[in-house]
Amino acid sequence: MRVSRWLADRWVMIVALLVLGYLALPILVVAALSFNRPSSRLSYDFNEFTMDNWRQPCATSDMCDAVVRSVQIGFLATVVATVLGTLMAFALVRHRFRGRSGINVLIFLPMATPELVMGTSLLALFVSAGVPQGFWTILIAHVMFCVSFVVVTVKARLAGMDRRLEEAAMDLYANEWQTFRRITLPLVLPGIVAAALLAFSLSFDDFIITNFNAGTTVTFPMYVWGAAQRGIPPQVNVIGTAMFAVALLLVGLSSLRGRRARRANLLAGPPGHLRRSS
Amino acid sequence: MTLLAPTGSGHPPPAPPAARSGRRRLLPYLLLLPGAAWLLIFFGVPLVQLAAASLYDPTGSLSTGYAMTWAVGNYPDVVQAYWPQFLRSFGYAGLALVVALLLGYPLAYAIAQKAGRWKNLLLVCVVAPMFTSFLVRTLAWKTILSDNGALVGLLRDVHLLAPDGRLLATPFAVVLGLTYNFLPFLVLPLYASLERLDHRLLEAATDLYASPVQAFRRVTLPLSMPGLVAGTLLFFIPASGDYINAELLGTPNEYMIGNVIDSAFLVRLDYPQGAALSFLLMAAILAVVFDYLRRAGTEEVL
Repeated sequence: MRVSRWLADRWVMIVALLVLGYLALPILVVAALSFNRPSSRLSYDFNEFTMDNWRQPCATSDMCDAVVRSVQIGFLATVVATVLGTLMAFALVRHRFRGRSGINVLIFLPMATPELVMGTSLLALFVSAGVPQGFWTILIAHVMFCVSFVVVTVKARLAGMDRRLEEAAMDLYANEWQTFRRITLPLVLPGIVAAALLAFSLSFDDFIITNFNAGTTVTFPMYVWGAAQRGIPPQVNVIGTAMFAVALLLVGLSSLRGRRARRANLLAGPPGHLRRSS
Repeated sequence: MTLLAPTGSGHPPPAPPAARSGRRRLLPYLLLLPGAAWLLIFFGVPLVQLAAASLYDPTGSLSTGYAMTWAVGNYPDVVQAYWPQFLRSFGYAGLALVVALLLGYPLAYAIAQKAGRWKNLLLVCVVAPMFTSFLVRTLAWKTILSDNGALVGLLRDVHLLAPDGRLLATPFAVVLGLTYNFLPFLVLPLYASLERLDHRLLEAATDLYASPVQAFRRVTLPLSMPGLVAGTLLFFIPASGDYINAELLGTPNEYMIGNVIDSAFLVRLDYPQGAALSFLLMAAILAVVFDYLRRAGTEEVL
């Protein structure tokens, strides 16, 4: 009886942990496979432990080229999308203007449209306009689908901000530029950084839209897709594991910083911008 | 995560300053211009172009060029040729959605209501799969479900699987992959809704002699409706348009509509057909979404 009682109290948590296990399993497999020496090119099974893949991550040089290209595109797309999206977020939260609902629809639609439709329609546009596909068309596409996510993220942070802080600065004879530089920007910055990280990860990992607009340019996901047919080099799992480690490190650092910042100043307003946007 | 934006708390525009110069009135438009132009040119215009391409003369080709003949017949043609893949797309996505709800609801509930100080850690665990590449993770399922893998061996030993039975290259593998890949999109909005749930309401229900099942059905479930609706859409829209899982974990027998569109544009170079299929996919998804929103809306009122 005791056991069933214990189970009745905790079954939700037990199910939750099992589901988390299901979510974590492939990551563990990727990490394990990064230490694998596969028996053949087309084998996906664990064969023999080796450190070689980590020692020579660029043994297949076209894979590293693809990673570099993905980082370049991700960086440029992030910069452009973050600037465009932040400007839009400021306009939407801080200003009244005609046509607001139209703009909101324009921002919302790309997030609700299947990637397949966006990818194929951009391809149709580029082909009919005679634009050759490659690096620049990928960049254009990535900025397009990242902007909306930036707007939503920055908007949430801006909307949760205490406007009285800016009023206080103005009362203390700060001019508009000083207020923006010293008060507004530092307070919105975490939202902008979160938006930029989101944009980078969306861009870096995008396959479907890129696939339709890449021409012969190969990004990392495009490389993996092609390699899946020819046989995956184990170094792909090294990149996968390294990406995971870097992202985890960033999250760890930001939560540490967040905790310290919250302790240090109570200015930062409600720390709920993530919750609000989700 | 983001579908909530229009339905969730809107941000009321702040009160305008008393005096407004012309420059001030123009400012919001200047701020909006670059981003809105980008979205119009590279999201709006392409959709029009896609619609146009779906009506091109299907006898043309990329090299000779396509003539615009308002060939409406492209639509019945592609439906006739590819209706099984259409049905499969929505069937697999729907099935994956049901599984994801069964797995995701307890997970979201546990994190929101039972996790206490472990809440943030568990949330990171939900998002963690997205830290690494979508394709690499999907390929990892190939290893897990492999014919020589531990899982297949175990299932064969306990006779849940015939001695020559497989997991990989089956509809099961595709649905499992879809469930796995889009589960976080379902869990996060659901969590956001459940986190706001006031525990005292459940206590009140219990005080009034509601069984746990009744309390769930009459209190928890209705209050989590906004997150449930947003999460289902965030799951269903990408899942029904996905073709990566079908390609990597299935065989041509499991191909979804995305596989057909991919090959129409990139292999067969049949743009009118690909465009018609793309447009139909969007229309079908929109129809399903609006029908669902209408139903969910009425349930919420009840």
